[in-house]
Amino acid sequence: MDKNLEPVVKDLQSKFGATCEEFRGEAQCLVKAENVVPALTFLRDDCGFELLSSQSAIDYYPQTSPRFHVVYQLTSISKNLSVQLRVPVADGQTIPTATGVYKLCMWRERELMDMFGINFDGHPDPRRILMPEGTEGHPLRRDFPLGYEEPQFTFNFDEIQLPKPHPKE
Amino acid sequence: MREQIEEIPVGQFRHLVSERALNGETMLLNMGPQHPSTHGVLRLLLELDGETVINCIPDIGYLHTGVEKNMEAKTYQKAEVMTDRLDYMNPIGNNLAYVMAVEKLVDLDVPPRAQALRVILTELQRISSHLVLIGTWGLDLGAMSMFLYCFRERELLLNIFELVSGQRMMTTYFRPGGVWRDAPVEFEAAVRDFIKIFPRRIDEYERLLTKNPLFVDRMVDIGYLSKEAALSYGVTGPNLRASGVNWDLRKARPYMGYEQYDFDVPVATEGDTYARYIVRIEEFRQSLRIIEQALDKLPMGPVHSDNRKFVPPPRAEIGVSMEALIHHFKLWTEGFRAPDASVYSAVESPRGELGVLMAGDGSGKPRRVHMRTPSFDNISAISEMVKGHLVADLVAILASIDIVLGDIDR
Repeated sequence: MDKNLEPVVKDLQSKFGATCEEFRGEAQCLVKAENVVPALTFLRDDCGFELLSSQSAIDYYPQTSPRFHVVYQLTSISKNLSVQLRVPVADGQTIPTATGVYKLCMWRERELMDMFGINFDGHPDPRRILMPEGTEGHPLRRDFPLGYEEPQFTFNFDEIQLPKPHPKE
Repeated sequence: MREQIEEIPVGQFRHLVSERALNGETMLLNMGPQHPSTHGVLRLLLELDGETVINCIPDIGYLHTGVEKNMEAKTYQKAEVMTDRLDYMNPIGNNLAYVMAVEKLVDLDVPPRAQALRVILTELQRISSHLVLIGTWGLDLGAMSMFLYCFRERELLLNIFELVSGQRMMTTYFRPGGVWRDAPVEFEAAVRDFIKIFPRRIDEYERLLTKNPLFVDRMVDIGYLSKEAALSYGVTGPNLRASGVNWDLRKARPYMGYEQYDFDVPVATEGDTYARYIVRIEEFRQSLRIIEQALDKLPMGPVHSDNRKFVPPPRAEIGVSMEALIHHFKLWTEGFRAPDASVYSAVESPRGELGVLMAGDGSGKPRRVHMRTPSFDNISAISEMVKGHLVADLVAILASIDIVLGDIDR
């Protein structure tokens, strides 16, 4: 971990009860859902993390509690540091929106609501963003089927060929 | 009888438009998805007062292909092919972002020659991407010849890509641990030719556009984006640098040996459409500097890592070595296994920070690959930029953001 990042991580641990891990030189800090907005505000205003690079989620299905991790990747341009905040979320749990801190969350949270079904409390524009209105389910969940077509061999040729639509005589 | 234009119901956008739209004083107008100046299938819902844009509500997703979902069902090597299709103006840069994430996740080394080749090709791709942008930008603003000149030079670059990888666009030339195979002997001469020709061509573009009053008048003071708004919306790349923030991942967090090369990061402070143009023209020159230095220093040696757990053995070895045969078989059936952890790795693409969040689950397939595509966040700031401008200016602003719809919708 970067030497300059250590005080930031210590602050996150003491003020917001974060548990921090390091993997390949990246600091990954887990915070609870109710602490995420204060933690992001603290990082932006007091630690100089002006840019939220990315907001995303990982689905740990079949693990249920917590099922998702919402990942905030923060970048400090002035100090050239980055830190990752992670919020464990159970299925159906809502987490407060961070749109008041970073405007980037306006669209990224819509994407998470659309693709994962993670609910953000207080989002100003909670429409679907990538999938069309009226889509059932959330495609990036691990239990959402990918869609698959059986390969056609001689032994199952008719089984697959017959249900296919054919032009009328 | 004239066909009636279907009116857009204002109800579902109640929270996004002004009061006046609800009273019917202003008009909601659809721009796109089929519109030549949206550079793809982007739908913009405009609230107009006469010709002035009051609100702009982008609607994306028409090109959504589920790349991230599909990657979860493929091994790490096979999933790379889909990254080319995201930002189709920058396939090589996408490959770089992806393979760097894989290399970070499994802790794989890349030999110096492969790194230098990656730098040269990524910078060539950056020039090619900016050429398409400047060309279509000119086309949008009525400078037809610019489009033809830019595509003339882009053809030279596509020929170089074809030379090294066999493909003009969707190359998949970079592989985890190195590159597909060594560049052919003609490669250096082809790149040197391009470096020799291109500076004069940049001057030619500048003579056509930079001081052309028709072009300048449509761009100066149009689409202002402040530094604070740009950072808050997560706008990166040339758009951020045009707003006065000196942030380039190649300089700030060098990867692939960018620290060896001497280059400047062009920054403008005006934050308008013209500044975004100036930054990109200057990036042409800086990319050429990097390519020239990388070509001068291009070391000899292997082009992929010799860690056989991740990189397939050469074909000649398979016939004589049992171990090589086993590695080959394992790699192309099961793939390699990555630890149950996640990494975030980012590169500077022509459009901004292209980040990959990659989580493994201990098997040969990723648990999750999230592509933080720069166009997605850049276009979300458009509502900030267009307010109070005319519809005709919207075209210039949209061109200046440099969106690629494949990059937005994934």
